[in-house]
Amino acid sequence: MTVDISGCGAPEQSAPIPASVDLEKETVISGEVRAGDEPVAGAYVRLLDRTGEFTAEVPTSATGHFRFFAAPGEWTVRTLAPRADVVDRRVVAQRGVVAEVAVAI
Amino acid sequence: MSRDSALVSADWAEKNLETPGVVFVEVDEDTTAYDGGHIPGAIKLDWKKDLQDPVRRDFVNRQQFQALLSARGIGNDDTVVLYGGNNNWFAAYAYWYFKLYGHGDVKLLDGGRKKWELDNRALTTETVSRPTTSYSATEQDLSIRAFRDDVVAAIGTQNLVDVRSPDEYAGRLLAPAHLPQEQAQRPGHVPTAISVPWSKAANEDGTFKSDDELRKIYAEAGLDDSKDTIAYCRIGERSSHTWFVLQELLGHARVKNYDGSWTEYGSLVGVPVALGDEPGEG
Repeated sequence: MTVDISGCGAPEQSAPIPASVDLEKETVISGEVRAGDEPVAGAYVRLLDRTGEFTAEVPTSATGHFRFFAAPGEWTVRTLAPRADVVDRRVVAQRGVVAEVAVAI
Repeated sequence: MSRDSALVSADWAEKNLETPGVVFVEVDEDTTAYDGGHIPGAIKLDWKKDLQDPVRRDFVNRQQFQALLSARGIGNDDTVVLYGGNNNWFAAYAYWYFKLYGHGDVKLLDGGRKKWELDNRALTTETVSRPTTSYSATEQDLSIRAFRDDVVAAIGTQNLVDVRSPDEYAGRLLAPAHLPQEQAQRPGHVPTAISVPWSKAANEDGTFKSDDELRKIYAEAGLDDSKDTIAYCRIGERSSHTWFVLQELLGHARVKNYDGSWTEYGSLVGVPVALGDEPGEG
């Protein structure tokens, strides 16, 4: 039996998904935060569940990317960044499919 | 304890960056966050490399903790101000850990790294070194640490607070949603545990809600003030955040953090597990 006791810190967001992760079993929400043409690094992206309850948060990578491993269903991706308004994006996630979200701040 | 003694604001921190006897410590799993820019003068602790035994699943022992703090230049009389990413999860974990080993004056920076960044406050990549000290730790204060048998004994008799997200509590997710979900242990929660996600206690910028708001949240969730309390999550860091709220901000007595948390409990043979959104029967 393997039990992952690695932390809850956000993995490198632009890194390739590790080979041990079976994407067919995962429900991935992935996206990019941009301001105009520029990617926004270090923005805080929050994943809220169907009731609006907080589920997870990651900072965006140097290339503005973020990624969540969620469950099938309806989610809201909320983005916070310095000197920018909060932006919400609704997304429907499915198992075995990477749901892509583009966020413009 | 109270908010005034356990928590400092970003403004206070900014004014005390160079105050002798005040040591800022960033605690993250991802130490590249610190390396990419940290609060001026702050040193770093890696919650896993520095605070976990490299072989067994347990904390470093008293001697190792003494050696660590001595080498990093933290003295027994220093005011340690902890902050970090992930809404201070790991900083709260380190706070609890410093208390476990008897450090006198330890505080959490309200909002942690996120508020500091969102406020556009200064970060630096300058190397920080502090003169070594001769740190002396106490034996672990087990009045704030719960083990698996304590949790099983608490079912139906004490407050059990599951601080994970509602989907983890119900068994729909096995880990926070920024981590892959394939895990060996069973999903669900400890029967009779109430669900109060740690995030209920925090504002979006990572600061803690007011004492009145916090009291209302736990009262409405059914926390019984007259009983002992055990908080747990997946690996014990989010529940440190809630332990901090209950014991250090709201002044509840007899609150323990179960650092084994769901990765241990959900792998135990023979213990009861509840699925779904309700606490379930004891």
